[in-house]
Amino acid sequence: MNNKNRIVIIGATSAIAEHCARLWLQKQSIDLTLVGRDAQRIERVATDLKVRSPESEIRIVRTGFLDPEAINATVENIVQSGDVDVVLIAHGSLPEQADCQDDLKACREALDVNGVSPVLYAEAFAKQMAKTNHGTIALIGSVAGDRGRKSNYVYGAAKGLVTRYAQGLQHRFAGTEVKVVLIKPGPTDTPMTAHFKGKGAKLASVESVAKQIVDGIEAGKPVIYAPGKWWLIMMIIRHLPATIFNKINI
Amino acid sequence: MKPATSWGRLSADPHHVVGLNDPSRVKTLVCHGPQPGVAHGMGRSYGDISLNPEGTLWVTTGLDHFIAFDNSTGRLVCEAGVLLRDIQRLVIPRGWILPVTPGTQLVTVGGAIANDVHGKNHHVLGSFGDHVQNLTLIRTDGEVIQCGPHERADWFAATVGGSGLTGVITQAEIQLRRVAGPWLDTETVPYANLDEFFRLADDSEADWEHTVSWIDCITGGGGRGLFMRGNPTNAEDRSAPEGRKLTMPIVPPVSLVNRLSLRPFNMAYYHIKKWEAGRAITHYEPFFYPLDNLLEWNRMYGPKGFFQYQSVVPREVGQDAVQAMLKEIARSGDGSFLAVLKTFGNRQPVGMLSFPQPGVTLALDFPNHGERTHKLFERLDAIVREAKGRIYLAKDARMPRELFEAGYPRLAEFMKYRDRGISSGLSRRLMGS
Repeated sequence: MNNKNRIVIIGATSAIAEHCARLWLQKQSIDLTLVGRDAQRIERVATDLKVRSPESEIRIVRTGFLDPEAINATVENIVQSGDVDVVLIAHGSLPEQADCQDDLKACREALDVNGVSPVLYAEAFAKQMAKTNHGTIALIGSVAGDRGRKSNYVYGAAKGLVTRYAQGLQHRFAGTEVKVVLIKPGPTDTPMTAHFKGKGAKLASVESVAKQIVDGIEAGKPVIYAPGKWWLIMMIIRHLPATIFNKINI
Repeated sequence: MKPATSWGRLSADPHHVVGLNDPSRVKTLVCHGPQPGVAHGMGRSYGDISLNPEGTLWVTTGLDHFIAFDNSTGRLVCEAGVLLRDIQRLVIPRGWILPVTPGTQLVTVGGAIANDVHGKNHHVLGSFGDHVQNLTLIRTDGEVIQCGPHERADWFAATVGGSGLTGVITQAEIQLRRVAGPWLDTETVPYANLDEFFRLADDSEADWEHTVSWIDCITGGGGRGLFMRGNPTNAEDRSAPEGRKLTMPIVPPVSLVNRLSLRPFNMAYYHIKKWEAGRAITHYEPFFYPLDNLLEWNRMYGPKGFFQYQSVVPREVGQDAVQAMLKEIARSGDGSFLAVLKTFGNRQPVGMLSFPQPGVTLALDFPNHGERTHKLFERLDAIVREAKGRIYLAKDARMPRELFEAGYPRLAEFMKYRDRGISSGLSRRLMGS
C-alpha cells in the first residue's frame, strides 16, 4: 500500500488516454495501471511514462476487452492491490461505417468494443467502488453518441449505449462518494499536425482534449464535452426536427 | 492528398500524408512505397526541405515517446518525433539541459539532427549533431542503420545535417549537459555599427556561453543593433515566467511587415530594448525562444508568405560581406525585421552538409514580393558567392544550384549515402532528384 493517487486506464494506448496519463504524471507522481491488448504498444507507453515520472509506480496489465469473465478477473486483480481513485475507460476503435453495413461481423465487433466492453469494465469497477464508497469512473463516449447519423451510426449507437449507461450509473451513485464522469470528445487531431489543414475549422489537438478531460475529472463534472463548443453544436443537432435533419449530409 | 506548408508559408501543395505513429510499423510504411517520400516533423523549416509536392510526407510527430533517461550520466534516448520543448521541460528540473538548442523549441529531435541546428552557443558547444551519440536510420530498402560518432561514422556524418535524405531517423541518443537550473545571467549591449559588433563578439566569446545579436538593417543604412549574451546561472527561488501564449489569429490580406511598418518597428524595438539594456536574470524560455509564445507568428507576412535568407561567410571577409549585404537591403527598400547577426566558433561541423562553418552568419526575413524579392536575393547571392560562404538549407526555398554546389564542398561524398526512395522539394531543386 502507498498513499499515491491510484489511477487505472483501460485502453492506455489510445492517444487521448496516453496524453491524460502524461498530464497526471506531470502534476505529481502517481500509481498508474495501464490496461491494454497489445503488449508491445503498451510497453512503449509505459516506458515513456516511466521516463517522464521515475517516482511513479507504473504497472501493465495485458488483457482482452470482450470476455466478461476475463474483465471481472482483471478488475478484481487490480483492486486487490489497493483502492482505485480514478479509472479512465478509454478503449475503442473507429470503424468504417460502410464496413459495418456490409458485414455484420464488423458491425458486431464495433458494437462490442465501443459499447458493451466499456460498460462491462465500468460495471466491474462500480461493484468494487460501491463497497468502498470511493472513486471516480470516467468513460470516454463521443459526440457521435448524441444523435445517430448516417456517416457513423453503428459507432454512434455503441457510444449512445455508453451515454445511457453513464446516466444510469450517475443516478445509482447520486449522493455517494463515487463519481461518474462521461467524456464526449469531438473529432480530434493527431498530435500537432494542424498545419496540414488548409481550409475549414481546425480540429482540437489531443493535448488540449486531454487537458480538458483531466481538469473535468478533477472537478467531478458529470459530462465533459471536449472541446466545450461541442455541447452547443450537439444540442442543436439533437434538437433539429427530422424533416430538416434528414436533409443534411452529415 | 492534403495541402502541406512549411514555416515560410510560400506554398501549400498537396501531399500524401502518412503518420509514422508506431515505431514497429515505420519500416512497413516507408519501404517500397509507390512514390518517394520525406520525413516531416513540425514543419518549422522555412522552405522546401521538409516538403515533397505531390509526393509522400512521413509525419514523425507521433513518434513522441521517451525511451530512457539516465539521471547520473545525462544520456537521453527518445523517438525522433519528441519535441525539444518536451526534453527541456523534462530534464531541466533534474539538473540537465540540451547542450544546443535553436531559436524555437517547437521542433522535433529528428528535424534538429537532419538540419544540424545550431544555437547561440556555437562557439562553445558546436551544433546539435555534436551531442548525438547514436541514431537509428530506417532506409526505404528496409535496412536499419545504427550510427554515431564512433559507429559507422560515415553514415552519421551523412545523416547529421543530411536534410532527411539518407533515411528516416526514428530514434536518437543525446548526451545532455549539467545545468544548475532554468536561469541565465544575461546582458544586452547596444552597438552602433558593425565595428562595435565584431569587437563585442570577440570580447564575449571567452566569457559568455551564449551570444547573438539583433541587427537593425534599416536605420541609417543598417548596422546598429543589440548584442545579447548570457551564461547559465544558479538563481534560486524565482517564479518562472507565465508563458502566456498569444496566437496570430488570422492571415492578414497583406504582410504586416512592409515598407511602411519596418522603419517604425525597428526604431521602436531598438529604443525600447536599448532602454532596457544591461544585466538581468532571464528564464531560459524567453532567452532561447523569444518567439515561441507568439504562436503562428509566420502568419503576419500575409498570404504570400515569406523567405528567410541565412548565410554564413568566413570571418576574414565577414565584416565587408555583411556590410555589403546590408547596403543591398537598404538599397532595395525592403527590409527585414527579424534580422540576426552572430559569429560562429572556429570548429568544423559533424555533418557533410551541416551549415555552420567558422565565420559570421546573418539571418534575414523578407515578405514574399515575387520578382522584386528574388532580384534582391540574386544580389545577396553574389556577395555570398564572392565571400565563399554558404546558405542554410533549412531556411532556403530558392538558391541557385551552382551556389549550393559551391557552398557545400562535401556534396559529392554525401550523394553516396542518399536513399533513392527519399526525395524532397529541396533535393529535386538542388540535387536533381
